[in-house]
Amino acid sequence: MSGSGNANAVSSGSRHAVPSMPPLTIDLAVVTMKMERPAQAHSLPKAATGIHGLDEITGGGLPRGRPTLVCGGPGCGKTLLATEFLVRGATEFGEPGVFISFEETADELAQNVRSLGFDLEALVAEKKLAIDHVRVERAEIEETGEYDLEALFLRLGFAVDSVGAKRIVLDTIESLFSGFTNEALLRSELRRLFRWLKDRGLSAVITGERGERSYTRQGLEEYVSDCVILLDHRVSEQVSTRRLRIVKYRGTTHGTNEYPFLIDEEGFSVLPLSGLKLDHSVTNERVSTGVPGLDAMLDGKGYYRGSSILVSGTAGTGKTSFAAHFAQETARRGERCLYLAFEESPAQLIRNMQSIGVDLAPYVKKRTLQLESSRPTLHGLEMHLVQIHKTVARFEPAAVIIDPISNFIDTSTAIEAQAMLLRLIDFLKSRQITALFTHLTTGGRETEATDVGVSSLIDTWLLVRGIETGAQRTRVLYVLKSRGMPHSNQIRELDVTSRGIQLKPMKARKK
Amino acid sequence: MNPPDASPEKWNLRLYTAGQSPKSLAALANLKRVCDEHLAGRYSIEVVDLLKNPRLAKEDEIIAIPTLVRKLPEPLRRLVGDLSDTERTLVGLQLRPRK
Repeated sequence: MSGSGNANAVSSGSRHAVPSMPPLTIDLAVVTMKMERPAQAHSLPKAATGIHGLDEITGGGLPRGRPTLVCGGPGCGKTLLATEFLVRGATEFGEPGVFISFEETADELAQNVRSLGFDLEALVAEKKLAIDHVRVERAEIEETGEYDLEALFLRLGFAVDSVGAKRIVLDTIESLFSGFTNEALLRSELRRLFRWLKDRGLSAVITGERGERSYTRQGLEEYVSDCVILLDHRVSEQVSTRRLRIVKYRGTTHGTNEYPFLIDEEGFSVLPLSGLKLDHSVTNERVSTGVPGLDAMLDGKGYYRGSSILVSGTAGTGKTSFAAHFAQETARRGERCLYLAFEESPAQLIRNMQSIGVDLAPYVKKRTLQLESSRPTLHGLEMHLVQIHKTVARFEPAAVIIDPISNFIDTSTAIEAQAMLLRLIDFLKSRQITALFTHLTTGGRETEATDVGVSSLIDTWLLVRGIETGAQRTRVLYVLKSRGMPHSNQIRELDVTSRGIQLKPMKARKK
Repeated sequence: MNPPDASPEKWNLRLYTAGQSPKSLAALANLKRVCDEHLAGRYSIEVVDLLKNPRLAKEDEIIAIPTLVRKLPEPLRRLVGDLSDTERTLVGLQLRPRK
């Protein structure tokens, strides 16, 4: 590694340098998104859903003791959201629930959610959940005069009392309209039903199929005035995305964006653009970059812990090498590091980095370093983000490396990628995780403009590029910006040697 | 389809009510009238008050009140309403062919 004397010289030189601020590409989309962060509500009492992200964007959950309408097209996840609301209520918040299913039988229901790790049968056995399948078939019903739906009310009441329910799901109550012909009666009974739910103080989720001109076919939104959530499932460029939007939430400030969500083996997850405010606690602690020469350029100390770092450059300029140095350094300190490689397999990465003297293998074995490879195109963008979230939550790394982020852009539109990165960076910052991203800039493009336009989110931005000097191509590095520290404004020559990355002042190379 | 009054089988009917509501009372009166007229001597009516026995609402899959269930003869038939529409009542009970 290069000598410490050299490092000192560089850092003293940089002290005289005025920290240069690069031209910031301020991105309006990003700014707007930041302003739309939902405020914490201290208005209505809420019933927490326990669903990742949903409680953040609703300021704590669904309205307690009141009905919420969840609507959307077929297969959009209504039933699942409703089920999870009950399961989490029963298992995490001590609130038993009742599932009134107008479509699926209790067995079908249990089967459908078993793959998500929900064991409805066990909950029923523990008296934390009651399921009643209300079968409505017009062919079987002969109407001979006046009637009402009192028996349905009695069933609901019986189910609620049998477990002491605080939550209830009606899925999908509109089925009643297919069984009975007297619409005026059904409507007045629905009104009575919603009043009954409120009188009982039940936090209710009512599902409804999306209608052509209204949120639900039968205009259920007319009866549910407190909270309406719209789910949507669409496919764009062969990638399917599910989205959730809170159409209305009386008495609560809520996020109005469309939030991507997904359904995987752990249930429902909604991704708030960022459920957080810009109030991450910051630290003055510095972490080494793993490259002494680079530490020297950054005030002699390296990156700030919890900051976000971007290494951008054209192909073959050593971006991955910087990432690997940082990974090794993090792991060497005994801190966990998550390395997400989108171009190389873990084995390939390890082999390639060994050739420049960075041996990641021992740390992988010790589990301080976790290497994960995948191709972003395999999943939708959101799926990726959620997987990163989950891995981070499970592994609790001190540093996360994404190599490169450019691949995300290929799978999505620029705006989506940007929103996603914003969410990711916010999420990592909130956990004080140092994040290093590499980004491939294509030749000929303005090097200081990243495709994703994330510059305003990045604290330290390193640029590597190849320049032609005389008969040879030289790689150089400079610090485009580094917030909160006097950093070097020198351009350093970059050598990738068998002992790692070496940085040298350009002048020293003069013959 | 059995022609009216042709079969000697026993009719077993169950009427689901919720307390003594006007609709329930009307249904019972209408039912007795129809039965006396068409099934004299070979029917039994059981009145189930779901207010007293809410569990049965789920077990017997009842939604509307009043609901009449023909348990015998098979197949099982369900009629909802106070049975004031005699024509539909007879059709529903298969005492008269559907027009």
